[in-house]
Amino acid sequence: MARRDPVLQVADLQTHFFTFGGARVVKAVDRVSFALNEGETLGLVGESGSGKTTTCLSIVGLLPRAGRIVGGSVVFEGEDLTRKSQRELRRIRGRRIAVILQDPMASLNPLFTIFRQVAEPAFFHQHLRGRSLRERVQHLLRAVRIPSPEWRMREYPHQMSGGMRQRIVGAIALAGGPRVVIADEPTTNLDVTIQAQYLDLLKDIQRETGVALIFVTHNLGIVAKMCDRVAVMYGGKIIEQAPVRELFNNPRHPYTRALLGSVPKLGSKEPLYSIAGQPPNLANLPSGCSFHPRCPVMLPRCETEEPGDFHLCDGSVARCWLVEGTHEAGAHRGRTGS
Amino acid sequence: MAEPVLEVRGLKKHFPVRHGLLGRGKTWVRAVDGVDFAIQPGETLGLIGESGCGKTTTSKLILLQETPTAGSIAFEGRDISGLRGSELMAYRRAVQVVFQDPFSSLSPRMRVEDIIAEPLEIHTDLSRGAIRERVEAVLELVGLPPDVAPLFPHEFSGGQRQRIAIARALATDTRLIVLDEPVSALDVSVRAQIINQLEQLQRTLGVSYLFIGHDLATVAHISHRIAVMYLGKIVESAESDALCARPMHPYTRALFAAALPSHPDDPQPERTIAGEVPSALSLPSGCRFHPRCPAAMPVCSEVEPTLQPRDGGGVVACHLYG
Amino acid sequence: MATIPADTRLASRRTETGRLRAVVEAARQAPRAAVVILGGLILVAGLADLIAPYDPTLPVKGAEIFAPPFWMEGGSLATPLGTDFQGRDILSRLIYGARVSLLVGLMGTLVAGGIGTALGILSGYVGGWVDQIIMRVTDAWLALPAIVFAIFLAAMLGPSMWNIIAILGLVYWTRYARVIRGEVLSLRERDFVKLAEIAGASKLRVIKKHILPNVMNTATVLASLTVGVVIIAEASLSFLGVGVPPPQPAWGLMLSEARATLMAGQWWLTVFPGACIMLIVLATQLFGDWLRVRLDPQLRNL
Repeated sequence: MARRDPVLQVADLQTHFFTFGGARVVKAVDRVSFALNEGETLGLVGESGSGKTTTCLSIVGLLPRAGRIVGGSVVFEGEDLTRKSQRELRRIRGRRIAVILQDPMASLNPLFTIFRQVAEPAFFHQHLRGRSLRERVQHLLRAVRIPSPEWRMREYPHQMSGGMRQRIVGAIALAGGPRVVIADEPTTNLDVTIQAQYLDLLKDIQRETGVALIFVTHNLGIVAKMCDRVAVMYGGKIIEQAPVRELFNNPRHPYTRALLGSVPKLGSKEPLYSIAGQPPNLANLPSGCSFHPRCPVMLPRCETEEPGDFHLCDGSVARCWLVEGTHEAGAHRGRTGS
Repeated sequence: MAEPVLEVRGLKKHFPVRHGLLGRGKTWVRAVDGVDFAIQPGETLGLIGESGCGKTTTSKLILLQETPTAGSIAFEGRDISGLRGSELMAYRRAVQVVFQDPFSSLSPRMRVEDIIAEPLEIHTDLSRGAIRERVEAVLELVGLPPDVAPLFPHEFSGGQRQRIAIARALATDTRLIVLDEPVSALDVSVRAQIINQLEQLQRTLGVSYLFIGHDLATVAHISHRIAVMYLGKIVESAESDALCARPMHPYTRALFAAALPSHPDDPQPERTIAGEVPSALSLPSGCRFHPRCPAAMPVCSEVEPTLQPRDGGGVVACHLYG
Repeated sequence: MATIPADTRLASRRTETGRLRAVVEAARQAPRAAVVILGGLILVAGLADLIAPYDPTLPVKGAEIFAPPFWMEGGSLATPLGTDFQGRDILSRLIYGARVSLLVGLMGTLVAGGIGTALGILSGYVGGWVDQIIMRVTDAWLALPAIVFAIFLAAMLGPSMWNIIAILGLVYWTRYARVIRGEVLSLRERDFVKLAEIAGASKLRVIKKHILPNVMNTATVLASLTVGVVIIAEASLSFLGVGVPPPQPAWGLMLSEARATLMAGQWWLTVFPGACIMLIVLATQLFGDWLRVRLDPQLRNL
């Protein structure tokens, strides 16, 4: 099978937040690189303060005022999005790259009907009107399994349940016919069974439309269910990236290993592995490897030198001194290399 | 068998709701509609269910924040309804709660030592020195160094705040702690710390827990027995191992099917149930789960099943099983 | 494994010197003009006996009446800001007047704040018919025009500084009650209050330990913003002759006495007291505004 170019390629992305009039710089995203192929689901895993949401906002150019992309590139369909103006990005956002956020009530306008909100992207980007617009909206609502779309679309968001609202948000996201959908913890506020339905829906849609999905989450179970590849973020950096099976079978980075060990597994009463301390404050990152204060297998070197990316032959990349020099490590690509 | 710490029988809580044009119509939201369970000393009972199942209302009833419409709650054999004065205080001393949100559980203008000391000041006559000693002892129990006592809550992370909340819950000789989704708002890497801490405290102190949660894996891990709630009733209840080995009620099975895998190669279950939890204002007839049940039979829409003993211990309310 | 390592960033801010340093640090961030003006006025009022060149109630020996300020023709440095119709030194009267304005302003605000906060907390936390009664009283009180009501009370109670303070307190407590009640209503639903109730705390204890400390921020901000209003109210009362009784000088009284002379050309008798009133109100408003901005975001953090 010919290897096609990735749909989205992020290289050495750096996003900083400048607060207190520039006096304080927070390195929210520190040299993040990953590629997203067509039809693929990439999981972006991390806890609070890991930089995963900022990475997504950087990709679509929706950073808050204090944030700025200071380096790297985001190449989508052959163009670098970091170099585009807001006007140009507006044409891409919602149409070629769609975003689904965590709280559906924040994404939906309580004053407008469902029809109006789902129709909006098709109205502006594809210039549909009248009957074809109505049909398109019904088609989209059916695609996200909303029953009786003809009269549902006249309703308002507050008349629907959380699960349905999240599906409407999904319909809006798909309305423009995107190639990439970024979903930022879309199921966190949903009941467990509703979450399962929603995830199944996303998988079906992906199979039907071939859209590439970036799924941002802190839940490794979702990763196991949904993702083809995984990038684990910590302290603003990707500390491990691997195909999903390799990540679960053979996690290389101590943080990944600890994370996997700390999640309770159904049917097992074994004591959970717990990581000491708490996630770091991005404004005050530890020296060297950001994880070293919590790392159970820390080397003296970890405190002073920040490790680079180490590539392994099974397709994984890990940023850890322990990985260097193992017989599996392939070419060493340090931070200076490219 | 020792006397249960808490025993709930036929507990009901119905909320009146006015509707209609001029508010003339009146219906009832049957938030809790006939619930029975018991918690033994040193044991954890897990209460699991989705929104609208009644688990939060149940906890409010136990904490005397609401009064039951019917049924009884007995603490160490004594009925707690109508408790007054020193008996009420004795109950409050022995039953505490830890809430979900670590950022609003601690009084922002009080120091940690005062927060933890509060139950002691309310219930005991201990001197300031004795209280301070107790506060330091309890801080150590939850894995915090005693010198954090003079600090204010905003200087702590979410996980540490939950520990402080647990410390406060343990300050007096607590017998039962109601834990309402205590780790749901915490970072993943911190959840394990708190769960381990809770389990260890139970082993050391023999305190009982009512653990309310929505994540099956977490609830199953920490609980000895699990009760599954749906629309105000318990549909199945059994020992944690037995339930995980063989979930019987279709709703329990749906919860298990909806639970996320722990490995990408884990067998993906067959399609999960469709639809959503119906509104509590218009309950289905017969078995409340029948509209969504893949195994529904004609009798399910007519007759409400009662809890019957199930294989492997526990009870289940389903016509499939007699 | 699960224990947290000791926190080194310790109780440095909790020691006495630490706290003092924090206050000084905060004061340095306050708006300069406001701090200077207020600080200056407080000093002046406090050291009035030492600073004022003359007794404000007696005419200056050897000075003319209606002497203008020293930079004008006919003025002298002995009475730098001029003299009034009785030959009393304006500067001394201004200095002693600061005392009255500040005292009445601050004390009146405290009384208003005390009454209003207490009623607001009671209304918000206890609820029920207590809430209803207090709110209806507040509504009724608010319907009365403040100054008119103050004049009425002053006429009834008779003139004296403490009476004026009490009257102003009684007139201005309503805005506190409303705002504090709103705060308390939302505080009541917070987890930590519910936890205290579940732990068995009495209503009084909850109010004292949980509600009151958390409304203090709002109450302080409100207070700093209403000090200006109270000072103007006092000045108005003095102007109308029902304020602090003569011969004690008050800025409003000075304005009133000099009303006739404004057109006659003796501008210094009205401009200086008027400027002082303006300055102090401006300073307190600036300070209150800064305080509100500073305290509010923290409130949201908590």
